[in-house]
Amino acid sequence: MFDLDRWREIFQAMSKNKLRTILTGFTVAFAILLFTLLFGIGNGLQNNFKSQFADDAVNAIFIRSGKTSKAYKGNQIDRKIQFKNDDFKFLIDKYDKKIEYITARVYKQVRAIYKGEQSTYTVRAVHPDHQFTEKTVVDKGRFLNNFDLQKKVKVVVIGRLVEKDLFGNHTALNKQLNLNDINYTVIGVFSDVGGDREERLIYMPVTTAQAIYGNNDYLDQIVMTYNPKMNVDQALNFSNDIKKELKKKHIISPKDQAAIRVHNVAKDKKDVNKFMSVLNVIILFIGFGTLIAGIIGISNIMIFVVKERTKELGIRKALGAKPKAIIGMILQESVLITTIAGYVGLMLGIGILKWYGPVLKDYFIKDPSVSKSVVIGATIVLIIAGTLAGYVPAKRAARIKPIEALNAD
Amino acid sequence: MIKFEKLHKSYPIGKKDFLHVLKGIDLHIKEGEFVSIMGSSGSGKSTLLNIVGLLDHHDEGNYFLNGQKIQKLNESKAAVLRNKFLGFVFQSFNLISYKTALENVALPLYYQGVKRKERQKIALEYLEKVGLKDWASHHPNELSGGQKQRVAIARALVAKPKVILADEPTGALDSVTSDSVMNLLKEINKEGMTVFVITHEEEIAAQTQRIVRLKDGIIISDELTKNK
Repeated sequence: MFDLDRWREIFQAMSKNKLRTILTGFTVAFAILLFTLLFGIGNGLQNNFKSQFADDAVNAIFIRSGKTSKAYKGNQIDRKIQFKNDDFKFLIDKYDKKIEYITARVYKQVRAIYKGEQSTYTVRAVHPDHQFTEKTVVDKGRFLNNFDLQKKVKVVVIGRLVEKDLFGNHTALNKQLNLNDINYTVIGVFSDVGGDREERLIYMPVTTAQAIYGNNDYLDQIVMTYNPKMNVDQALNFSNDIKKELKKKHIISPKDQAAIRVHNVAKDKKDVNKFMSVLNVIILFIGFGTLIAGIIGISNIMIFVVKERTKELGIRKALGAKPKAIIGMILQESVLITTIAGYVGLMLGIGILKWYGPVLKDYFIKDPSVSKSVVIGATIVLIIAGTLAGYVPAKRAARIKPIEALNAD
Repeated sequence: MIKFEKLHKSYPIGKKDFLHVLKGIDLHIKEGEFVSIMGSSGSGKSTLLNIVGLLDHHDEGNYFLNGQKIQKLNESKAAVLRNKFLGFVFQSFNLISYKTALENVALPLYYQGVKRKERQKIALEYLEKVGLKDWASHHPNELSGGQKQRVAIARALVAKPKVILADEPTGALDSVTSDSVMNLLKEINKEGMTVFVITHEEEIAAQTQRIVRLKDGIIISDELTKNK
């Protein structure tokens, strides 16, 4: 129902009464500005939390061992629990369906030498699945495979920074790297979003490390990701079950919290999600509160506007304007002002977020921004808000008797 | 054209009392008449005009406009009838201040749904008729009182109504300008338009063809002048 004449009437009324129009728009622009800023900052906080979890797979479970804190079934307190290959096999056999990826970890400090360059690094000996539990990105070459493990091949995959440290600008691929006096072939170079520490690691087959550095079957840690089909609660039950079974296997008191530690990322995620949802509710609450205040503000001003224009509306009625035409005019004006002013506020808010986004990084707000869907949503809210704000005054304007309006001054 | 039968109107005062303004008016105005209603303030003449103009409702009796009985009109219907049959001229001109003379005159046509170009053409014709063609693009605050009233008359005429209702049309004007406005109304009447003027000035009433005198809500005299 596009009515050019109606729009002309409205634009004329608005442009001939600039101050009134600006004052009306200001309320809405300000409300939307605050709304946008709040939303953006909320998003920024959320992005920050998300990036904290970016390093590891979101469904990772870490299993570590320690010393017992309770005597149990004839075993002394302070007994050291050591994972071995059979623990790894035990988990695979028992939980095959629930595990997505699984790997052991054996740590070793080594001195690496390449053509006169040398430095100390941590070797993390793992299974091939480790690439997926750690979200390792292979930049060059390949990651470890099952063949490497079976044959205990002397190969390593080195971090991006190890390559940079020892090989400078040259590629490390296929070069011989000396670790504690044993030569290994570099078969891959990786990067990791986990930061510098992660990118200074050296991966080698777990079997190779066991054979060369200890001649045993010890494992320092077991890392797995659970089947992503499981929800958070199922995943938490799963990790609790692992803990229980491993304690049983190693004859540890069920009440012993120190001997076996199972850390489930899902739990962190659940806690953070809870926190984020509370934060979101608060942001939404304040945001909508601001918006409602804006709507009431514009409604108030529109009531005043109608009052100010009583005489004009009376004249229009005497000249044959139907109530419908009056309601339409006021409503349309209200919607127009709200939409334009709202957009100004929105753009201002987005601009401020863009401008100050980098500064806010120090306050745990990362990439504060408003998504397209929020912008579209806000537009719809604005139009509805404009209609709501204009409706009461428009109705009131339509009800004015022309005779009363004409007598008004 | 306009016919009243035992018309009553009262206004509530406070919660219980009523002010009985019109106490049984019988009046018949035929097409093409130039009638003035005389009366002091409080005589009910403005109320009468408002009822004629469908700006207010009567309580009792009958009102026929162009043969159509007026009763229980809702605002929309009243708006259509006003637009079609009635042209208003007010004492205080009631022009919209932020519109030019031309836009003011064209406004009734807007509510008739006439196209913009057509509207402006017709409005300009009527401005020419009242001798203000050159002032078309001026705003009301740039016009003199007499000019404003002539714009208002052009606006009242533009929709080709059956009746022109003028409420103290010269009330805010000096005598020279008053005469020019009255001459304009006379001319319009000569062309066949029914003109209905409310005034409390004898000289103005004397220029019409029929004077109806109102006092305390009843008609005390109704006579033709020698202008007829």
